[in-house]
Amino acid sequence: MMAAPGIQARFACKVGTFELDVDLNLPGSGLTALFGHSGCGKTTLLRCMAGLQAAEGIMRVNGDEWQNKTGSRPVHQRPLAYVFQETSLFPHLSVKRNLMYGYKRIPQSDRQISFDQAVEWLGLSRLLGRMPEKLSGGERQRVAIARALLTSPRLLLMDEPLSALDQASKQDIMPYLEALRDNLAIPMLYVSHSTAEVARLADHIVMMDGGRVVAEGPLQQIMARTNQPFGLEKDAGVILDATLSERDEQWHLCRADFGGGHLWLRADESLMIGHKIRLQVLARDVSLARSKQTDQSIQNLLPAIVDEVAFEVSPGTSIVRLLAGQTPFLSRLTSRAVHTLALEPGQQVWMQIKSVAIVD
Amino acid sequence: MDIYWEPVWLTLKLAGFTTAILLVVGTPIAWWLARSHHWIRQPIAAIVALPLVLPPTVLGFYLLVLMGPKGMVGQITEQLGLGLLPFTFEGLVIASVIYSLPFTVQPLQNAFASINQQLLEVASTLRASPRDQFFSIVIPLARPGFLTASVLTFAHTIGEFGVVLMIGGNIPGETKVLSVAIYDHVESLEYTQAHWLAAGMVVFSFVVLVTLYSLNGRLQSGLVK
Repeated sequence: MMAAPGIQARFACKVGTFELDVDLNLPGSGLTALFGHSGCGKTTLLRCMAGLQAAEGIMRVNGDEWQNKTGSRPVHQRPLAYVFQETSLFPHLSVKRNLMYGYKRIPQSDRQISFDQAVEWLGLSRLLGRMPEKLSGGERQRVAIARALLTSPRLLLMDEPLSALDQASKQDIMPYLEALRDNLAIPMLYVSHSTAEVARLADHIVMMDGGRVVAEGPLQQIMARTNQPFGLEKDAGVILDATLSERDEQWHLCRADFGGGHLWLRADESLMIGHKIRLQVLARDVSLARSKQTDQSIQNLLPAIVDEVAFEVSPGTSIVRLLAGQTPFLSRLTSRAVHTLALEPGQQVWMQIKSVAIVD
Repeated sequence: MDIYWEPVWLTLKLAGFTTAILLVVGTPIAWWLARSHHWIRQPIAAIVALPLVLPPTVLGFYLLVLMGPKGMVGQITEQLGLGLLPFTFEGLVIASVIYSLPFTVQPLQNAFASINQQLLEVASTLRASPRDQFFSIVIPLARPGFLTASVLTFAHTIGEFGVVLMIGGNIPGETKVLSVAIYDHVESLEYTQAHWLAAGMVVFSFVVLVTLYSLNGRLQSGLVK
């Protein structure tokens, strides 16, 4: 059989009254977020992919078939790693022996990630001798991630790995996850119900509701849709990948270039020229003008073309999709403003961007 | 010295064999009882618990019948050239295994049931086969349960009397264990000898239980339950 790149996951199963029915073709690299409210089936889907939940279906990972109509490989024979929501360290083993648990069970020739590498990546060298009960929540989850990586998986599945942690521990782990996403060639599937996590980590997104996929695609595209599923329009906003190109020391500003222009950000000590950053521009922070207004306080003014007008997405509120070059933006306006400005696709307008958030 | 120590030695041998056999036989039964949702689970659990409520004489009586020349088991053992089991040490071991079964199975079952099932899923995603999971996760985590099961089984076998009398009789060096020896001494009004053995049993049981409780306390504080 030809080795098809990417992940094919087709599952149908029933757990009690809940029904899962999905057919997905996902990229074979990068981080894909499975996103949706609790109970939407994202965790069940992840468990089906791992083989932890019995379901009829097909599962292929970069040409390697794990499950088809005639049979399913047991979990322990699949080259995957799974990071669970709750702490899942073996309580009777030290951190070191927890890490070794999976590592020593794979053949030496399959070991692509060395013990020392994983320990260094997740900053565990001082913890190796400790027992799991002596670790903080964030430390435990870091150990769990390193332990998963040490099986040199061909697919990394993460089920809300941060949800049981407090805000500080989340901030603590985030950079490690980003580094993994950028440095590992392994496809990662990441279950989350947090828009902030998804905006920061994902390359690709699958939105789920009621056991079905409601939207799927590259993050930037999906986030720039005017019809956001399940009432997300309040927090709707686009994601931009930008590069820092200039520092203005006098005004403490930093210039971030992206495909369709540039934006000025408040300069932060950590922002270095040449750095790649991920920005989020919320639809509610973008207002529109027919001409360039310079006699006002907003400094980020960008010319754009109206691409789509979603009138009255909720009472009194409309969302306008715009293109600055090829880069989409969203603007949330009152329906009266849309009416007064007579906004229509194809029109040239000026976006006035009140604030830009660095998510990465 | 032989006359005094023979029953003690015999008793320890019987308890040792019984405990060893029950750990091997009882572990899979306890594991199945802790994990299965099959309807037959409850009847099986009840059968395992029967020796707790039945008078030992009832159990002994049926074992005697079964293993006797007209019993099913007796006929099989005779066909195999093993002879009859009643009034032999081997027969005593088999009876003890049945009689002490709940003292092994129940602590193990509780220990297995208290193990977080997710840990086994975690182990499976780390390439451990079900068998591997059992030896690397379940047994270490159930260690307090194994300790309790072993000690209770051992101690309970030492203390048994009714079943032994029914099936083993009172043959020195073969089936005359401590409890029977004490009974014998009392029957013959040899109170001094009975005292030595009985007091020895009291002290032994006390020491065993104190050791068990303190060991279990230490094991539990060393592990997150």
